[in-house]
Amino acid sequence: MKRRLVRLIPLALFAGLAVFLYRGLGHHPDDRESALIGREFPGFSLATVADPDVRHDASLLAGEVTLVNVWGAWCPTCREEMPQLLTLAERGVRLVGVDYKDTREAATDFLTTFGDPFAVNLFDPAGSLGFDLGVYGAPESFLVDREGIIRYHHTGYIRPEDVEQEILPRVQRWRND
Amino acid sequence: MLLPFIPEVGHFALILALMMALIQAGVPLAGAATRRPLWMAYARPMALGQFAFLLVAFASLMASFLLDDFSVAYVANNANSQLPWYYKATAVWGSHEGSMLLWCLMLAGWGCAVAGLSRRLPAALMARVLGVMGLVGSGFLLFVLLTSNPFTRLLPNVPGEGADLNPLLQDVGLIIHPPMLYMGYVGFSVVFAFAIAALLEGRIDAAWTRWARPWTNVAWAFLTVGIALGSWWAYYELGWGGWWFWDPVENASLLPWLAGTALLHSLAVTEKRGSFKSWTVLLAIFTFSLSLLGTFLVRSGVLTSVHAFANDPTRGAFILILLGLTVGGALTLFALRAPRVSQAVTFGWLSRDALLLVNNILLVVMTVTVLLGTLYPLILDALGLGKVSVGPPYFNALFVPLTALLCLFMGLGPVARWKRMPARELWRRLAGAALGAVVLAALAPLVYHGRWNPGVSLGLLLALWLVLSLARDLVDKLRHARSLGAGLRRLAPAYWGMQLGHLGLAVTIVGVTVVSNYNVERNVRMAVGDRVEVAGYTFALRSLGKRRGPNYVADVATLDVSRDGESRFTLHPEKRLYLARRMPMTDVALRPGLLRDLYVAMGEDLGDGAWALRIQYKPFVRWLWLGAALMAAGGVLAVADRRYRRGREALRRNDEVTAS
Repeated sequence: MKRRLVRLIPLALFAGLAVFLYRGLGHHPDDRESALIGREFPGFSLATVADPDVRHDASLLAGEVTLVNVWGAWCPTCREEMPQLLTLAERGVRLVGVDYKDTREAATDFLTTFGDPFAVNLFDPAGSLGFDLGVYGAPESFLVDREGIIRYHHTGYIRPEDVEQEILPRVQRWRND
Repeated sequence: MLLPFIPEVGHFALILALMMALIQAGVPLAGAATRRPLWMAYARPMALGQFAFLLVAFASLMASFLLDDFSVAYVANNANSQLPWYYKATAVWGSHEGSMLLWCLMLAGWGCAVAGLSRRLPAALMARVLGVMGLVGSGFLLFVLLTSNPFTRLLPNVPGEGADLNPLLQDVGLIIHPPMLYMGYVGFSVVFAFAIAALLEGRIDAAWTRWARPWTNVAWAFLTVGIALGSWWAYYELGWGGWWFWDPVENASLLPWLAGTALLHSLAVTEKRGSFKSWTVLLAIFTFSLSLLGTFLVRSGVLTSVHAFANDPTRGAFILILLGLTVGGALTLFALRAPRVSQAVTFGWLSRDALLLVNNILLVVMTVTVLLGTLYPLILDALGLGKVSVGPPYFNALFVPLTALLCLFMGLGPVARWKRMPARELWRRLAGAALGAVVLAALAPLVYHGRWNPGVSLGLLLALWLVLSLARDLVDKLRHARSLGAGLRRLAPAYWGMQLGHLGLAVTIVGVTVVSNYNVERNVRMAVGDRVEVAGYTFALRSLGKRRGPNYVADVATLDVSRDGESRFTLHPEKRLYLARRMPMTDVALRPGLLRDLYVAMGEDLGDGAWALRIQYKPFVRWLWLGAALMAAGGVLAVADRRYRRGREALRRNDEVTAS
């Protein structure tokens, strides 16, 4: 009998895993509505990638509709996303980067190679702001309105078609609001 | 005349293939359960028929691509009339629907190969193996037909032009990487089917392992090549110079590889010693389950990744149900029918048996490590414990020490004897190898780079320990032969396969170690006439130009590379803009070499005729993939062993063993 129970272990483990996978389907990252939507952007005090001596806090985001992009030089998807971010910057969207769990050196290299669409690039080596934002992996983007309220959360890569279809209309909407 | 109906021909062929798969699953399994030879005999013709009709379906889809039939939604989304014909042909597996069709085709192909090559398999075992493969095939064919039909038409509004294939995938790497990978994933279905058949029959013996082992080896070799090609593709196509990102999709391919590696070794113990039976069966189930899990993760959109296919929750739910039925069913069967642990087989704590047990434990721990790292964000999320990301630091921190430990035991394994190995003898035979490895590894960084580097020394120590202990074992094996030739001839292909496989791992470790520590990377701003020196090579930007390709326009840089004042060669990196998707791509200029790669990628146009360039010197990077090729060759070579060919003789010998 005992032996039979031992043999049930793999099945039990798999059943547990299946439950999480099923829950994962519900928490589909693309539709994963951040619990932060409609709330104020979490507070922070961080230096920038360019300058360790500067300090920025959440007032950085006030006054203008801003797309906050969480990225890292270690993240290949972020590299694929850069052309879209550059397009957004060209189209007049203010971008603030959060360089997540990264080193200054790698981040600077990355920006030299792939271009720098960011007005300001916050440096978050410990991932503290990323944690407060509930970041799941890079890249993720948050649209913040003039009052510093998070209005939209884009999980994962901004595809070329998302620029026109998802991001720009929302930027426009919150600018007019 | 038939031309406009090609997609319908493919669609009908797909439906017929499903019918055949259903018969292949139902009738032979029922026949084996009720001992009806006629029913069992359905297995082989149905396996052949399923494969034939899938081949027709696959050819129809490829024809639709080659004929630019944009009325087919899948073609319209993944091709363009400007696309060169070879990419049109390979765009068939460029996205979800077509790659699923390829998956099914390969599954049927493996079934067909079992039907054709294992003719001497006992009828009941054949019926059960093919029946199980038919079951798996039915599930996936249903999945394709119900949720991911590649033949869906866009009628009546046929687009005039297609959206083009993702430029990242317009590359020779794409032509061969997914088929190899899928051959590996799907190939493990054979050993899975053998495991289920064994559970149904309630019998696992040496003959069973001899039937199952070659299929496992070949699938494993394909997977090895597939993973290596993926890494190579990422290396030159992503323009980044990295070769492994611990991306969820990469992990998804590494998981069955690790479990499959454990399975190869566990099968060896089961064949030679008759022990580890339940464990082998469980590993066979795990390996294929992890292949299925990989498919689920990539296609359900549960995890975000650079490779992820456009996703759809119904698809995810469908695959999860398939996964649940296949794995849950297999594990339930295991719980009910797993063979009793035989008390007869004992071994000392220092023996090949014990070392292979350690190998298995370590490989399973590595598998679990990667699995947890991949699913951790998902699990925390589901438990409401917040969201975190797990990056390369987690994987490196756990994977590197585990690999080191594995290598330590790998050096001992081949030398140790089954059942019992006196520690003194093991020491006598390997002390030289250990000492040699320590000395050489300590000196190598000094000689190569002029400065001691503990990381490099550790990596080289592991690799040298593997190589020297293998060499020592070979010498010992040849020493007692009458002549060198006679000794070499006496060694079986299985032995050479083992040697080559282990050597391959050592070569890969050398590559990983050296390129991780001695990689030189410079990001520079260059205008025409500028020179930059990287690792002793001088790169001079001779000119900047523009070029038009079939479906893209490109900025091209020409760099002259010289060394010691002597001009060596020119490099032509490109920055392409693919027109249909308006997507920029970096086309890296590579100068490959056995000892070093030179790697130049174009970044951004900085204005004033200057460009950002990323120049890298990557020593020994080729060894990564060379090692993988050696491992795969080892896996295939072992299949050439006589004992797998002489099925009858093997059966007879097995009868003698059971009799004695």
